[in-house]
Amino acid sequence: MKEKQDVLQGTLALMVLKTLDILGAQHGWGIARRIGQISGDILAVNQGTLYPLLLKLEQEGSITSEYGTSENNRRARFYGLTASGRKQLQAETREWEQNAAIIARFFKVKAGDLT
Amino acid sequence: MKLVRRFFIRFSNLTTGPSGDQRLQDEIAEYLAFQTEENMRAGMSSSEARRQATIKLGATEAIRESHHAEYSIPVIENLFFDLRYGIRRLLRSPGFSCIAIATMALGVGATTAIYSVMDATLLRPLPYPHPDELVRIEDDLPGTGAQDVGVSVPEWRDLQDSGVFEAVSIASHGADVNLTGAAQPERLGFKAVTSNYFAVLGEDAQLGRTFNPHDATPGYNLEVVISDGFWRREFGADPQIIGKSLRLDDDEYHVVGVMPHGFRDQGSTSEEQNTELWLGAGYSGLPFPPPQRGVRIRRAVIARLKPGISIVSAQQRLDALVETLKKQYPGDYPLETKWTVRLIPLGQSVVSSVRQSLSLLFGAVGLVLMISCVNVANLLLARASGRAREIAVRQALGAQRKRLIRQLLTESLVLFLLGGIAGFAILFCAQRYLLRLVPESLPHLNEIAIGWGVLAFALVISAAAGTIFGLAPAWLMSRDDLIGTLRQEGRGSSGSRGRSRARQILVISELALSLVLMVAAGLLLRSFWDLYKVQPGFNPERLMAVQTWLPGPNDPALDRYLTATQQSVLVREVLRRSRTLPGVQEVAVSDLAALPLGHNHGAVDPMSLIREGQEVRENLAPVIGGSVVSPEYFHVVGLSLLRGRLFTDQDIQGTPEVAVINQAAARTYWPDQDPVGKRVHLRTKREGNRDFLNSANATWTTIIGVVGDARTESLAEAATPELYRTVYQHGSKGLVIFLRGQLNSSAISALVRQQVQSIDPELPVFNAETLDEVLSASLSVRRFAMEMVAFFAATALLLAGLGIYGTISYLVSEQRRDIAIRLALGAQRGNILRLVLGQGIGLAAFGTGVGLVSALVVSHLMSGLLYGVSPADLPTYGGVTLVLTAVAVAASYIPALRAMRVDPITTLHVE
Repeated sequence: MKEKQDVLQGTLALMVLKTLDILGAQHGWGIARRIGQISGDILAVNQGTLYPLLLKLEQEGSITSEYGTSENNRRARFYGLTASGRKQLQAETREWEQNAAIIARFFKVKAGDLT
Repeated sequence: MKLVRRFFIRFSNLTTGPSGDQRLQDEIAEYLAFQTEENMRAGMSSSEARRQATIKLGATEAIRESHHAEYSIPVIENLFFDLRYGIRRLLRSPGFSCIAIATMALGVGATTAIYSVMDATLLRPLPYPHPDELVRIEDDLPGTGAQDVGVSVPEWRDLQDSGVFEAVSIASHGADVNLTGAAQPERLGFKAVTSNYFAVLGEDAQLGRTFNPHDATPGYNLEVVISDGFWRREFGADPQIIGKSLRLDDDEYHVVGVMPHGFRDQGSTSEEQNTELWLGAGYSGLPFPPPQRGVRIRRAVIARLKPGISIVSAQQRLDALVETLKKQYPGDYPLETKWTVRLIPLGQSVVSSVRQSLSLLFGAVGLVLMISCVNVANLLLARASGRAREIAVRQALGAQRKRLIRQLLTESLVLFLLGGIAGFAILFCAQRYLLRLVPESLPHLNEIAIGWGVLAFALVISAAAGTIFGLAPAWLMSRDDLIGTLRQEGRGSSGSRGRSRARQILVISELALSLVLMVAAGLLLRSFWDLYKVQPGFNPERLMAVQTWLPGPNDPALDRYLTATQQSVLVREVLRRSRTLPGVQEVAVSDLAALPLGHNHGAVDPMSLIREGQEVRENLAPVIGGSVVSPEYFHVVGLSLLRGRLFTDQDIQGTPEVAVINQAAARTYWPDQDPVGKRVHLRTKREGNRDFLNSANATWTTIIGVVGDARTESLAEAATPELYRTVYQHGSKGLVIFLRGQLNSSAISALVRQQVQSIDPELPVFNAETLDEVLSASLSVRRFAMEMVAFFAATALLLAGLGIYGTISYLVSEQRRDIAIRLALGAQRGNILRLVLGQGIGLAAFGTGVGLVSALVVSHLMSGLLYGVSPADLPTYGGVTLVLTAVAVAASYIPALRAMRVDPITTLHVE
């Protein structure tokens, strides 16, 4: 039970950071919607997981939050990426790409390649 | 790094819970607003849009909970909640809380009290820098059976050159000196120390300086260092004290330094530690004996090891040095004596006398603490049965077992900690009164303080006890059979079997522990009683002793009490005038060694006993304790003459030397012979001459009489050989004046002082005490230990009795239905009584069995403290078992009566 949540939280954090990186400052609902869009509607973000995650990232110093106005003139809390958050994003992106490359190599191996 | 940052943020968020929640509420509201708009744009009606948005959001409560879990630290929050809840519960049942807290207060308070004594005495015996480098050096001659015979000055120099020590110093044990020049002559205690003494200890003066470590004055260097207390008392803390002179024993000394406030000298008695004067001495010139290798100085040798050298390796190097010296000086170290040099850590040697007693006390109080904890655990379990339903409901509603255990454990901890704090508080308030109970001879008495360290100890003990003894009830309470409890069927019979078993085990252990304590107390009581009742061999009734000190200036030419003849003038006058005092029947005079039980080991003058025709080599001779007395002494003190004669006034300096021995000496050194008429050579440390046997000083002493044995060294030692010489042939600087008769003990001191000072106004008169007081003072540490253990045993018995009472009551209330059914089916009330009593006695039997075995083990460990009583003393064990069984039966009787009176109809009807 715990492990699933961990993986989910870890990848969700990456997605949130990437979203903020691409789109700039966003509010909570916006982040959830964009992640849903980018994943092709496969992932439906649970607000119960998102809000605690945003809090955790803010406490860690990867994102900041402040009040602002949205596009339809609503007052909302906007989250933005910090410098250390950007660094964390870069580091984790590299790690993911490395892991994906290793796994891909394994999938490409045929019986004949191994002796 | 991130974790640390998060932790601190969450920690600071502990107090701002509501604002965090408010922020989440805002976010949720925003979300709903956005999502509703989106839905409306997709074509839903406003109410439908809102509804869909809410569904998409999910369970708000769950979101709030997980947000809050991220926001602050749930563990700490739950802890606070548990604490508040626990305290509320305690307040709601004040009777239970009071009993539990009082029990714990007693256990923790007693343990903490003994710990504070141990802390001051055993754990920090040396308040100097790097105390583990300090050692005591003792010379032994195991070949003649002598220990701690003292070093000689050349040996001291060899030790200093051995490279093992930073510095080696010699310190006397605490001697007397007259301070004259003030209104009244005063007797003071001082220590004669070599000039590097303070360097060895590592302490410096607050004013002026200590002795120059390189000062090599052979005699006294006429400098004195004084203590802070003396400085304030005698000189009113005069800042110009340095350079002032003091007249000590008719010599003029100059004050060179004042030791800091709170400085304690090393030593095994309070008197040594409170030394007020230190005189610098080289031990190589007058008035000391000549610094020859064969002349031993019976003083303490304190040294500091070089840093990095362990005691073991130091000892090895010393052994090698000893071998070398033995080969170099065969005449001074004959092989038969097997001379060795021993290193003892100084911390050990200053507390060895009381370590055993204190360890016993600590063990005893530990048992009391355990019994208290067991009692409180029992109480907690008893309360548990009332909460079974509540806990079952909570578990049915989804409470996790771990969470429940945490909460129950917190409740127990609160109880134990409150009890511990209460115990500490009582101790803190009562400390002055309690300190008065501690015997004065306990070293470091004035350092016993109830401070932060002791508080920490109390808290740690309470927390540990709370965790250990609270865990079992918590565990058991959360293990209930949910369905059975909720249906309230078989109330208490099935679901609480675990609890019932636990309670029985607790009570049995309580009984066993109490038995052990009671056996220990019983054995100690018997020892003490036997010792108290032992015939001391002398007659202490209506006998008083007053002391005076004759000055001994450094230059013998100035000493007006140098020879025995000079002293005897004073002695005869003192005797004559004291006889005229009101109520006085008999008077005698002796030196301090002849004050029965009133002197410490260092006061006795050990002499080499060279019997005519037996000992040829003087360093092989046995050593006997000697003292100097006036002829009336034996009659006044109550020693009976067995053979020969006592001293007369005709045995003076110039006539043949005579001595009287006691029966133990006669038996030891002249077995199967009549010692009267035999001649011996006696050599004390004062006569320092290597060729003693051949020199003019070697006079023969004739044994003229044998007196009965008396326990003058210690009440526990039956017959130590003693040799007495007459004060008219051998003087003594310290004199004890014995007075027998109908005396007014408070007035005697002043009267004797008057008489003595009318002869010589510069003599101080001090320490007036009755021999009864001296006797009971010699037993003070034993009595203290015995009283404490007896008190603990009584407490333990009380607690055990309460424990049994509680358990049997609980059993009875559990078995109400069974009893009611039995009664309804026709059982006699007497049978019920027997049934319940049987349960109580069963528990007692188990407890007694376990207790007896443990008591046997413990009493064997204690056997060093017992006197005249074997560790397996049958009457003690039997008596204690009887008492415990009686208490157990009495404690079971009341609940048994209650069981008897169960009304079957109402009981069964209610169920």
